[in-house]
Amino acid sequence: MILPAAVLLITFLLIPIGLTLGLAFTDARLISPRPAQFIGVDNFTRLFSDDTFWKSLRNTVLFAIVIVPVQSACALGLALLVNVKMRGVNFFRTIYFLPVVTSMVVVSMLWLFLYQKNGLINQVLAKGGITGPDWLGDPHTALIAIILMSAWQAMGFHMVIWLSGLQTISGDLYEAASLDGASQWQQFRYVTWPGLRQTRTFILITITIAAFSLFTQVNIMTQGGPLDSTSTVVLMAVRTGFQQQQTGYASAISLVFFVLVLIVTIIQRYYTREKA
Amino acid sequence: MTTLTPVAERTATENRPAVDTQFPVRRVLGLVLRIVLCLVFGLPLLFMIVASFKPDTQIFADLGGIRSFLPVGNLSLDNYIGVFNRVPFAQFMLNSVLISVVTVVLGVIVNSMAAFSLARIKFRGGSFVLGVILATLIVPFETLALPLLWWVNKLPFFGPGGYSQGWLDTYQVQIIPFIANAFSIFLFYQYFDSIPKELDEAATVDGAGWFRIYRSIVMPLSGPAVATVAILTFLPTWNQYLWPLMSVQSEELRPVMVGIDYFKQLNVSWGQIMAYASMITAPVLILFIAFQRAFINSIASSGVKG
Repeated sequence: MILPAAVLLITFLLIPIGLTLGLAFTDARLISPRPAQFIGVDNFTRLFSDDTFWKSLRNTVLFAIVIVPVQSACALGLALLVNVKMRGVNFFRTIYFLPVVTSMVVVSMLWLFLYQKNGLINQVLAKGGITGPDWLGDPHTALIAIILMSAWQAMGFHMVIWLSGLQTISGDLYEAASLDGASQWQQFRYVTWPGLRQTRTFILITITIAAFSLFTQVNIMTQGGPLDSTSTVVLMAVRTGFQQQQTGYASAISLVFFVLVLIVTIIQRYYTREKA
Repeated sequence: MTTLTPVAERTATENRPAVDTQFPVRRVLGLVLRIVLCLVFGLPLLFMIVASFKPDTQIFADLGGIRSFLPVGNLSLDNYIGVFNRVPFAQFMLNSVLISVVTVVLGVIVNSMAAFSLARIKFRGGSFVLGVILATLIVPFETLALPLLWWVNKLPFFGPGGYSQGWLDTYQVQIIPFIANAFSIFLFYQYFDSIPKELDEAATVDGAGWFRIYRSIVMPLSGPAVATVAILTFLPTWNQYLWPLMSVQSEELRPVMVGIDYFKQLNVSWGQIMAYASMITAPVLILFIAFQRAFINSIASSGVKG
């Protein structure tokens, strides 16, 4: 009974993983009559001397460094706000969760409009006497704009995960803490925070991997511009592999990307591991 | 598998002292904060829906004011009609529904069967197989997309149309690679593992085979796991963008998400874009409102990986 899944996983997961490794050292093209040739580390030499690659890598890392703490902290805040006994609390949960069920494609198109120079956000800012920037057209603000929008979209998802973590903490602990006269902050610090350790690890790792995979928003909203200020590693890989059909070169980019994800995940696992 | 307990159903001792139990002032501030956040998360989507009924001139005239979010002024279905004139919307929709439904149904069957053999039938190397499956969870799809594209273009296919070479520009390229899913197998495995094994023994004594046990005993008990996997398969399949963008060129095979690119070309009509965006969001939104608890629980259980 495991056979169908095994065949599918091998064909569409394990073989492509192997191919990423193999093709990265060839000059394979998507559609070509000529079989792929082994070219050693040429793809990597070319990649590491490519300015766009370094810019893309910088943007990807910057995106992750900002969005991981911001999004996870805000999502925890949301979870604490809706983890109370209160009339209508389910309504709030539902609204905060709405952007999650709205696809990133739709959200990107919507915010593309909101971010226009004369769009909704700037018009609202103008009411307060602030002249808003050309969010996506200015290399200084484009990445920030994409970060804000991405955090907005995914926050509800992580709110729900924090929430399920919060609900595994026994109420007795809070009762005991408040009998001992612990303040709200002390309860959070000594009961809630340690109780969320596993949830924290999971959220940290999923947000980081998602952040490194940044593609859809950028492809729809800026195509990496202006001046490569929002180009990312995945966007670069897709462009070379798909539009320019250079599968070998794109595999090399994917391989570098994967190694990056692997290193970051291992580091995170190490620092969040169970202290024996 | 942890599930979310609705606050109302929890006992008194379980309710932790929340931010706002004591002072009325804090209570009011808390409520104001929650409402402001509602506006932050809800207003952009409200704007999208409202704007879809307005001509572009009205959208721009209303911008910045409260009217942006109110269905007032010159309202019509013109944008929706415009969408149908501009792209083969019915075809895109049909494609997305077909691809999502087939992927979900086959995904539930294939992954639950795999998980069943790992959780209930002990065989040599079973734990090794599970280990390999879990290890692949760390690989982001984005790293595989391009080698996969190259690879499926080399694969043969025996389908209703006979033998063909290369899967690009087909329905199957949008479905078959996504049926087996390591995470779905893992979710089923966890759930099956918690069902008492004595049931299997009793059934074996009564002469049932493994498939019978799977179909008549384990699966009927696994409603929540099926719902979780169905939702966690449906959402990404419906929302898929990168893969169909690369693997499908023909307009008549493309799903709704890729269709949005047709609106970014010349003569951008924002009203039409909002109408299109509203229509492709509607099916998920309706499902979400109907099965809210299941949606939220499925996301919550995806966090219980440990």
